[in-house]
Amino acid sequence: MAKSIRARATLKGDTVTVKSLITHVMETGLRKDEKTGDKIPAHYIQEVTCEHNGKEVVLAQWGPAVSKNPYLSYEFTGGKSGDDVSISWVDNKGEKDSLTVQIK
Amino acid sequence: MQRRTFLKGSLAGSTVAVAVGAGLLTPGAVMAAWPKRAFETEDMQTAMNDLFGTAQTEPTDDISIKAPDIAENGAVVPVSITSGIAGIEEIAIIAEKNGTPLAANFKLADNAKGFVSTRIKMAKTSNVIAVVKAGGKAYSARKEVKVTIGGCGG
Repeated sequence: MAKSIRARATLKGDTVTVKSLITHVMETGLRKDEKTGDKIPAHYIQEVTCEHNGKEVVLAQWGPAVSKNPYLSYEFTGGKSGDDVSISWVDNKGEKDSLTVQIK
Repeated sequence: MQRRTFLKGSLAGSTVAVAVGAGLLTPGAVMAAWPKRAFETEDMQTAMNDLFGTAQTEPTDDISIKAPDIAENGAVVPVSITSGIAGIEEIAIIAEKNGTPLAANFKLADNAKGFVSTRIKMAKTSNVIAVVKAGGKAYSARKEVKVTIGGCGG
């Protein structure tokens, strides 16, 4: 599962901009299987923790209304080139993944 | 003997499954911080109360919502919130007429800027409301997004 996240952190002036994409179905639990008519169980990311050098910067709490293959972008100050930026998610089934990139 | 063990094992397994089904033991239980009720409620006021401790928000010009005027596909509506309010603690994104209006909430540390961007699903044309919590108060702004095809299934 280590490849569900793509992220980039860029430094401009004193601001670090992080842009990330996560591959995830983000199933709402409301859709029905077209063939069987059964409801497809909800399966969505609930929390995304974004850290800079191990310190939490943004904690995103999500419901099923976040789009499939979620996009997340945020900005913070106090980072410098080469610092670690990590993003980790956990979903309602307890599945998780994380990725660490360096600020460019 | 092996069969006995197997039976016992599967019985224990099904008990857990029943508990999960009944919502007694959700996998999310490990994350006590995730505001379950706020995300599951159909009532926007309840969601805001749970998140911010108040449903009263002060409208402000200092929150800008960047979202399309018309979203052809409600399954993917890009939303960016920018605010210059000092000391922002949280930013919530609410789609007013979704079955469960609260879409996302972001808790920001001191060094995080007042900016988040993501993509949300919208069931139908409605206001996107941004609520910003700063200094114990809640501020809000709204923008209408027309949705051509709803994006919540069902």
